[in-house]
Parts: sequence; structure tokens; C-alpha cells
Amino acid sequence: MGTVQFLKIRNSESASLDAVGNYPIGDFTQSIIGAVKNGRRISSFFGVPEGEGLRLYIALANDKESVIEIASTFVKDSFPSLTVHIPSAHLFEREIYEQFGVLPEGHPWLKPVRFQNKIYDLKRHTLVNNPVECGEMNYFSVDGDEIHEVAVGPVHAGIIEPGHFRFQCFGELVLNLEISLGYQHRGIEWRLKGKPNSRTVQYMETVAGDTSIGHTLAYAQAIESLSNINGCSKTQTLRAIALELERLANHTGDLGALANDVGYLPTASYCGRLRGDFLNMTALLCGSRFGRGFIRPGGLMFDVSPDKVKELASRLKRTYKDVSGAVNLLWNTSSVRARFENAGFLTKQDCIDLGIVGVAARACGVEIDIRRDHPFGQYCFSQIPVSTHQSGNVFSRAYVRWLEIQRSVEFIEELLANIPEGNVKPATNLNLKKNSIAVSLVEGWRGEICHVVLTDTHGGIEHYKIVDSSFHNWSGLELAMKNQQISDFPLCNKSFNLSYCGYDL
Amino acid sequence: MIKVLIERIRQGKRTASIEKIKAGLPDVFRGYPEIDQSKCDARCKLCVEVCPTKAIWKEGNTIRLDLGKCLFCPECEQVCPTSCIHFTKDYRLATSKREDLLIGKKEIELAKDINEKTRKIFGHSLRLRQVSAGGCNACEADVNVLGTLVFDLGRFGIQFVASPRHSDGILVTGPVTQNMKLALEKTYKAVPEPKIVIAVGSCPISGGLFAHHNEVHRGLDNIIPVDLYIPGCPPHPITILDGLLRLIGRIK
Repeated sequence: MGTVQFLKIRNSESASLDAVGNYPIGDFTQSIIGAVKNGRRISSFFGVPEGEGLRLYIALANDKESVIEIASTFVKDSFPSLTVHIPSAHLFEREIYEQFGVLPEGHPWLKPVRFQNKIYDLKRHTLVNNPVECGEMNYFSVDGDEIHEVAVGPVHAGIIEPGHFRFQCFGELVLNLEISLGYQHRGIEWRLKGKPNSRTVQYMETVAGDTSIGHTLAYAQAIESLSNINGCSKTQTLRAIALELERLANHTGDLGALANDVGYLPTASYCGRLRGDFLNMTALLCGSRFGRGFIRPGGLMFDVSPDKVKELASRLKRTYKDVSGAVNLLWNTSSVRARFENAGFLTKQDCIDLGIVGVAARACGVEIDIRRDHPFGQYCFSQIPVSTHQSGNVFSRAYVRWLEIQRSVEFIEELLANIPEGNVKPATNLNLKKNSIAVSLVEGWRGEICHVVLTDTHGGIEHYKIVDSSFHNWSGLELAMKNQQISDFPLCNKSFNLSYCGYDL
Repeated sequence: MIKVLIERIRQGKRTASIEKIKAGLPDVFRGYPEIDQSKCDARCKLCVEVCPTKAIWKEGNTIRLDLGKCLFCPECEQVCPTSCIHFTKDYRLATSKREDLLIGKKEIELAKDINEKTRKIFGHSLRLRQVSAGGCNACEADVNVLGTLVFDLGRFGIQFVASPRHSDGILVTGPVTQNMKLALEKTYKAVPEPKIVIAVGSCPISGGLFAHHNEVHRGLDNIIPVDLYIPGCPPHPITILDGLLRLIGRIK
């Protein structure tokens, strides 16, 4: 069997598509199994229609050498499933099957991903309607005298996005949780083909509305590498500040929500407000609390005056003091700790096998962080330490968030003290390189965000693949609920706090 | 326990008046867009071309803008060579009728309170069930914020409840995906009469960015009647609060 020569590029770099080797499926599969055994992670794995079949592209993250390894293979109706050997491939293969009908043979769990209403017909080369009823599938079920099933959603009790959760319970004990999503499916990816236009960046801002900065930054980096433009150093600094503010807002909000789910109201009330204070800092930069209308390829829509920098620094200092006070109450309250420490366990091995990313992975002691492993933009010059904790439970996920809050504040303070000069005006004309591929990774507040862009022979976007961190992590929540009390579900769910629309696209 | 009390004192009272929240809006905040028709060059169509949702069009020399489609992005304001369009800090955007969101020929007509009969049944209070139907979690998050102690929605007699059967109406976010339509309709049916429907964000008002996707329905009022439209992408919490208070007649 021949060996596969992976194309190696760095984060936010592009290369000619001709440099991506097209290997026979047998070699492709074997090499990937070998690579994943050697510590590579699947960042993206997707199909692109070609002739009468499908070209499968894989992007593996090599965290040790800070490179992304890319290879491809051509398949027609089916291919041997990787999932049997690499569990973290399971959802990618289900997605390929759902979108194109190409069968991963031997896949042990071939269920719908998001009940897409439009799928691609490889024979007719067009999108066709796919009449499906969202949520209708065969759920894993447990039989027995005292077993009961609990179905929750899509409409939940709180103000959150819709999803369906199916529990198999023995009394209070959850034997299995299966999560079925797709209710948020808006069909974004199909609409990104062609030249980037005024809509493209808006889609990025709404892939997952709570991660507008993260996804728009990933998009901007991919497009910049494909059009040979660079944001100035002021642009990079302000983007990093915005990304960390997004992290601060969401981590603070999550700690408050976790406190709420164990009935500890002081921290819940304080953090709810403090989250808003961070959002208002983002609004100070660009007018939108979610960072809408800020990042564009080549620059930013808003420059930030020295007065604003001063204002931001003083607000950050004040808010951080309040966050410290609010969050430290959690660690000093034994009833909170007891509830956090006895729920939602995930082992380090399961975490690695499933390809879990971000806070959830670092809370299992897995030391991965795109900001360090595949530095981008400002992170190439300013380092931010990786925060980990070992216990893999709700406490661990909460504590990693607190560690990251502290590091992000230090990081922003450092940047605010030294905002470089520069012209942040975005690029007006985007000419993408023809027949090329770019991969962009960003450490969003949940974890790794991966955008892969392929261009055609005219310099338009041929295929745009988005992988939100939630795509990797929902399986982690399913596993963390095994043998837990069903009443701990809200707590476990919040400790992951995953995106529904980022998964449903 | 003493630590909790000390922290409680240190954190202080944070619930703010509407005036105070309004004063805290940043200078780059994008609220109601003011259009200065006199400055517009009749031949120029830059704003029309740059708008991602075709919310802007021209009738002769008049610029028209549909707030129900507008994403409140800064593109048109920044592209206009004569500064005709300017987003003001005016956060009041909620209307009772869809057509009241069309501006350019006339100013926005802000929402009026629900009819006398319904208001007598509700009193001055409101219980709402929220349904996210394809929302990106930005509108959801900023509706959620109303429950925090800064906005303290409860003081106005408004509360979000867990079941549609306990509610006076539903507040919908998102463009109503095909996959959520059935669940939305069932939730709506479960609300006892008389019931009200509130659309928050450009998505449920017009389909927003996703209006031309077959995966979504073009606006909520194609499916169920809407009583209050709150535009924005997402609307600021104070915009949502203002709309709700107008609906129950606490702001006129």
C-alpha cells in the first residue's frame, strides 16, 4: 500500500488545490488511522461534489508541529467507514451521508445529523428537496420492567434554542441520553458558494450568534489568506481584544448560569449582570453587544480612539473586580462544590477518542488550545497560557472557565496598554486565488472553530465548510450524562453550554 | 456566610432606570436610522447595492428603508458619500403593524397598547413563553438579559414562564425554520385565548438574512398573526423592553 503525503499548511494559510494529493480510498483510510493514532485530531472532514462522485477532504490538526495536514480521496456510492477505528469521525461521516447520500459502510450509528431539507443530488448536480420530519428517527432504547423514557424538547422551559433530548432512565438514573438536533437548520453552507458578497459576512456573524466574533474572525482569516491581504497590527490587536471579550462575557454568563442550576443565587444574579457589562464593552468598540459589524476581511469597520481604549481599560478593571468577588463565592461554598464535583464526568480517554475540543477538553486535562498550538493574528506575538484542570466533571469545566477569565483579562490589559498605530479600513475588493484551499482555525470561547474554503477556477468560493466546536462536543454531553441523575441534566448541559445553531448551520 | 454578605454589600444595587440604561448606550450604537433625503444624490445607488437584505430601495429620489429587514449593520451608513443615512441612538423601534416599519416617506409609528378588552383581562401584567425557531442565540440572549438585575423585568409585571399554558402569549425569535414550524404551531395552540404574539428580531419579522432560503418561512406573520414587531439583529434589550412596555400600555 502506498503512503499518503499530506499537504502541510499553517493555520490561516492557503495552498493550490493541485498540491492536495488525491489518494486511493484504501491508502487514505489507513494513513488517517495511523495519523490519528499518532495524536492528530480531525478538524474537518467533508465532501465536495466532483463529476459523478464526491471528493472527500480531511483536515487534521497536528498540534505538536502547529500544522494542518490535508489529503483527499475520490469516492462514488460508498466508502469504508473510518468511525470503526476513529470514533471522532462518526459525525463527519453521518454528515457526508446526509448531505450527499454517499454511504460510509460499516458505520455503527448512521443517524441523521440535522434533518436537512435540501440535499445535493450527485447525479443531477443540483440541490433537491429532502422531505424529512425533524426528530423522527429510531432512538436508542432500553427495555426492562422499570425502565422509562423521558423526551424533552424541542421547545424547552427556558429562553434557549431548540433541540430534542431522549433519556432512557432507571428511576432517577440516566442509562443513556441521545440528542437529536436540526431544528435550527437554516441552510447556510449551501449559500456561501460564489464570490464573497455583502451577505457572506452576515452569515458568518449569525452561524452562532453568541460567537459572532469567533466565526467572523475565522472567515476573515481564510479570505485574507486567499486574497493575499493582511490586517494591520492595530486590526489584529483589536480583533484579539474582541475575541477575548466574547470569551469573558460567555464564561461569566456560564458561571452565573451554573450557580443558578444548583440554586446558588448570589453568583447567579451578579454574573448575569456582569456578562452584560462585557457585552457592553464590545458594544463600545462597534455599537453591537455581539460584535456585529466589526470584523471584515482586511480590517475593521470601526476604529477605536485612545479615549475609548482608556474607557475600556477602566471598565475592564472595575468589572473584573466584581467578577472575582462573584465567582470566588462559588469556590468558598461547600454545597456548590459538592454539586459541581459530583456531576457530569468525562474521562480523558473518552475526550480524546471523541475529539472533544475547547473548555470541555481542557477540563479533562487535555492540553489543546488553538491560541497556543496554531497561533493566529495577534496570538503569534502575544501568548496566552493554556488553562487545564484534571477532574473532567462540572467543577472542572467551571474552574477552567474561571482560569480563562483571569488569563483573558491579563491578556486584554496587556494589549490595551500598547495599541499600535494603523489604518484599520477593510479591503474593498476581494480577489481570491483560483483553485486554492485555505484552512482557518480560531479558539472561540467554546473551543476550536474550523473554516475550510475551496475556490474554483474563477476565484469564486467552490465549497465552504464550517465546523463549530459544538459539532465535536455534543457527543461529550451525551457521554457525561451516563449514570447521572436526570435532575442533574440542566447542570451538565450548562457546563458544556453548546450551540444548537452552530451545529445545525 | 459572612463572605456572602460582604460581597452582597460590595456588589451594590444595580437595577437601573430606563433613563440610566439609555445614557449608557455607546456613541456608535445603531438605533433608529435617520434619513436626510435632501442630501441624497439621485443617481447614487450605493446604499441599495450594499444592503445585505435589500432593506433599502429608492422610489425616485426618495430613499425607503424597511426596518423589518434591516440588520442594523454599518454598511449603508459607511458607504454613503453624502451621509444621508445615519443610525441614531434612538432605541425605540417597536411597532404594532408591519407596514409601520417602512420608513423614508414617513417616520416610524411606535407601537400602541393592546386593545382595551384584552388589556382588562391581562391587567398590567404579562406572562410570556419564548420560542426560538431558528434564532442564532443573539436575540435569545438579549431577551434573557431582561431577567437580569439590571433590567429586572419582574418590576414591570412581565415574566417569562416555562409552559405556554401558563402564558398570555409567545415571543418568537428566528426566521421559523421548516424544522421548527410544527413545534411553534403547537406551542401557539397551547396558549389560552386571548393570546398575543411578539416577533423579536429581523428574522421572525421578514425572514431577515435567510428570507430567500427554502429551509425557512418568510416571517412569522405568514403563519400566525403578530401583535408586536421589535426589529433589530439583535435588538438591544432596552429596545425589547420598550416594545413590551408599550404593548401593556405602560409607555405611551
